[in-house]
Amino acid sequence: MAARIQVQREARRGEIIEVRVLIQHPMETGFRYDAFGRQTPRNVIYSFECRYGGIEVFRAAMGAGIAANPYLRFFLRAKDSGDIECRWVDQENASGTVSARVNVDG
Amino acid sequence: MALLTRQGARRRFLAALVALLALPRRALAQAVVNPAPGIDARTINTPQGALQAILNGAAMRKGRVRLELPRVAEDGHSVPLTVRVDSPMSDADHVRRIDLVSEKNPVPLMATFFLGPHMGRAEIESRVRLNGTQRVTAIAQLSDGSFWFDAADVVVEESACLDGG
Repeated sequence: MAARIQVQREARRGEIIEVRVLIQHPMETGFRYDAFGRQTPRNVIYSFECRYGGIEVFRAAMGAGIAANPYLRFFLRAKDSGDIECRWVDQENASGTVSARVNVDG
Repeated sequence: MALLTRQGARRRFLAALVALLALPRRALAQAVVNPAPGIDARTINTPQGALQAILNGAAMRKGRVRLELPRVAEDGHSVPLTVRVDSPMSDADHVRRIDLVSEKNPVPLMATFFLGPHMGRAEIESRVRLNGTQRVTAIAQLSDGSFWFDAADVVVEESACLDGG
């Protein structure tokens, strides 16, 4: 699963930083039929979590209501230099991760 | 005379039959609207059911939450959505979770976000699927347990879920 994370590299302590994550995933709703009339089974990324410096800071439980190629934009308060790691898993148990490092000074 | 009473009996029997047929449907609707606590809201396929499962008997007030959606969405497969909550996001006072409920989607609960004081700002943007013109509701639960909401009406020109996912 290809994915992208965008975070600023440098931040001052206490600054609010923006995190943008884009994951390539069809987010199959389970309401779609193929050319043979067979129902495509539902397969969505149902769990997404973000850790900053090893601490869970944000989590999302998603359903078929989230568009294909899910995009999430959220904020974190810069505390210490460390990795922002996002991890997700879909209903076929395929998981993915993406991470970015942020350097905090001051 | 005997015929009349028999007719009366038949009428009563028919009335009872109609009542019996009407009752199970009403009882069923009641069960969906008031789900037992602990049921995963995503399995409840009415927006009222999803709301009840989130609130679990608590009241929600309008305010503090801002839900931003385009007034008109050309493509229901991907509609940008931003939800903001007026909160200092401190250890003592922060947003605990935000639920997005659709009025017309086959699965009304679109997403649940779990937030915390590390986030600094209670603002999340994503893209949702919308099955037709409808009202979308965002419900935020704060760290004191209170629920706040905002709703936005969106006109969807091409609905999701028709075909092509």
